[in-house]
Amino acid sequence: MTPIIKFEGVTKRFGQTVVLNNFDFIVAQGEKVVLIGPSGSGKSTLLRVLMTLERIDSGMVMVDGEALWFVRKGVDVEPVTESHLRHMRAKVGMVFQQFNLFPHMTALQNVASGPRYVMKKSKAEAEALAESLLRKVGLGDKLASYPARLSGGQQQRVAIARALALEPKVMLFDEVTSALDPELVGEVLDVMRALSSERALTMLIVTHQMGVARALADRVCFFEKGMMVEEGPPEQVIDDPVNPRTQSFLRAVKLT
Amino acid sequence: MQVVWDYRMLLLQGVWITIQVTVTATMLAIVLSLLAGLARQSNVWLLRTPATVYVELFRGTSLLAQLFWMFFVLPAFGVSMTPLLCGVLAIGLCNGAYGSEIVRGALRSVAREQREAAIALNFNRFQAFRIVVLPQAARIMTPLFGNLAIEVMKASSLVSLITLPDLTFQARNINLVHVVTAPVLIVVLLIYFAIALVISGGTRGVEHALAKGRDRLAA
Amino acid sequence: MEFSFALVWEILPQLLLATIVTVEATMVGFVLSLVFGAVLVTLMRTPSRPVRALARFVMEFFRATPLLAQLYFLFFVLPSAGIVLSPFVTGVIALGLHYGAYAAEAYRAGLESVPKGQWEAALSLNYTKLRTYLSVVLPQALPPVVPALGNIAIAMVKDTAILSAITVTELMFVANEIGSERFQYTEPVTAAAVIYLVLSLVATALIHLIDKRFRPEEAPA
Repeated sequence: MTPIIKFEGVTKRFGQTVVLNNFDFIVAQGEKVVLIGPSGSGKSTLLRVLMTLERIDSGMVMVDGEALWFVRKGVDVEPVTESHLRHMRAKVGMVFQQFNLFPHMTALQNVASGPRYVMKKSKAEAEALAESLLRKVGLGDKLASYPARLSGGQQQRVAIARALALEPKVMLFDEVTSALDPELVGEVLDVMRALSSERALTMLIVTHQMGVARALADRVCFFEKGMMVEEGPPEQVIDDPVNPRTQSFLRAVKLT
Repeated sequence: MQVVWDYRMLLLQGVWITIQVTVTATMLAIVLSLLAGLARQSNVWLLRTPATVYVELFRGTSLLAQLFWMFFVLPAFGVSMTPLLCGVLAIGLCNGAYGSEIVRGALRSVAREQREAAIALNFNRFQAFRIVVLPQAARIMTPLFGNLAIEVMKASSLVSLITLPDLTFQARNINLVHVVTAPVLIVVLLIYFAIALVISGGTRGVEHALAKGRDRLAA
Repeated sequence: MEFSFALVWEILPQLLLATIVTVEATMVGFVLSLVFGAVLVTLMRTPSRPVRALARFVMEFFRATPLLAQLYFLFFVLPSAGIVLSPFVTGVIALGLHYGAYAAEAYRAGLESVPKGQWEAALSLNYTKLRTYLSVVLPQALPPVVPALGNIAIAMVKDTAILSAITVTELMFVANEIGSERFQYTEPVTAAAVIYLVLSLVATALIHLIDKRFRPEEAPA
């Protein structure tokens, strides 16, 4: 197994609060990992660190064999250049809870923006790619629609297509179904399920919905207070958890 | 109303000067707003500090004092300008300082999530600004710049106090030689109002163009 | 060309006396604008459609035309209608009317910021309209209006300079007069500009204080 993501002794604090505590974590290439746990447990921060939206305080993060934020220098860490960050960001794509589509661009323009401005493809090429991706997520008829005219589920599918357009090796999904009305969760989940059949693509998914975890995960990790408390295949962690903290969390989630 | 008709040529000349001052000072004010607004957001203190000093100085003092300073004081230091240039410069500088707040507010109003999405798409900083932040900020700024243009138009009346024969100057002069004065002043106020209406109509046009179907139903 | 601090020192008493007039004009003008704004916003909320439309037009018109032209209107037209007022009174009335239109707009925004549910709650408690305004709506509508009213006051400090055009002996007028008497504008006009800067800084600080006082403990949601 080739690791594509590696956290080594990573600590991240917000003021006094420790969100990742001397954290170790390895993800294999192509693995689909679902992260669950109470809010504030550090699982979203883990994704945001990978996307370089948050810095870490100490430790080491490797993506695809290269250090992400910091390079080790004794015990300390030191920042890297903007150009290195951009090189690393090319390996990672992210989908957000609130979609974060650009409101002044159509669905097509949103998806084409990455290929066009970052991969420097021609406008026609970028748009052709965007169109095929939008068809893939079932939105071939919404190319010219602005985000304000799309449902939450449609917006989130555009956002997934937008992230895929940059051909990342790792896709991060941060609570992507949490802001959706229940009846819209299915369409987004279908897209993610189809995506999970792609062998080479590594997926990290943060969710509160156990259905999502069951449907997609090779491995489920339960987080609490900046630590990974329990991990294993979904049928084990979700249906037969060992740790009492995991048990009580799952009881609470199942009640809702 | 006879008075108004008798002086129509003078009034029209006044309108022409008012329009000239308004248009040029508005353009100057918008350019300065953008420069100062961006500079004040900068991480580089060599940009930020001068911009802050400019904004505080011109917002803190009376426009009329600035105008008189340029008109009466600068010549003493060897800088002589025509009244027109003086007026445009003073009004543009003063309103540029106010406008920089518009730019700053608009840039800030673009949600953090939008910037994060730009990072996640691996845009560089300039791309994130040009492709994501600026178009959204522009939409917020447009109506506010429209209001700024109306403020500039109103401020243009002060050039009458440095001998420039604009609309207000003509109104005052006609009043000084005539006893029946109400019609002239009413007509002058109405002309100003009409110019303001044209400005706000134009602003709405620009807003509409920027909205580009975004709020219309997708077919 | 040199800047003479001795001259500044010499003319300072005159300028400070004029500053008092500036402050007086600001204060009276401000109070007038608060009252006129309240009248306008009340008219804008009356049941009668023509009254509403007229009030709205007055507000737009006063905001969209120059203070100086409005000032000339009062200064030249009122006497011909038999109303003779001192330049100072004419000046503060003009300030009150011009900025009253801005105050009306601020009040309107404040009133509209009170959620509909608040009106409905008051209605469900069978409050009278007056009681609803006094106990429910105004306490919520006014605090957010304070900064906007503060900006009006600060703008007014600086616009009192325009009253010099009708011979009100405020700061700018006196500075100009000194300048023309001595053929030396540099010191009086610069000093006047500095005084305006000080005044508006003081006003800004004052408004900041009032704004804080007005909402001491905004309960966190």
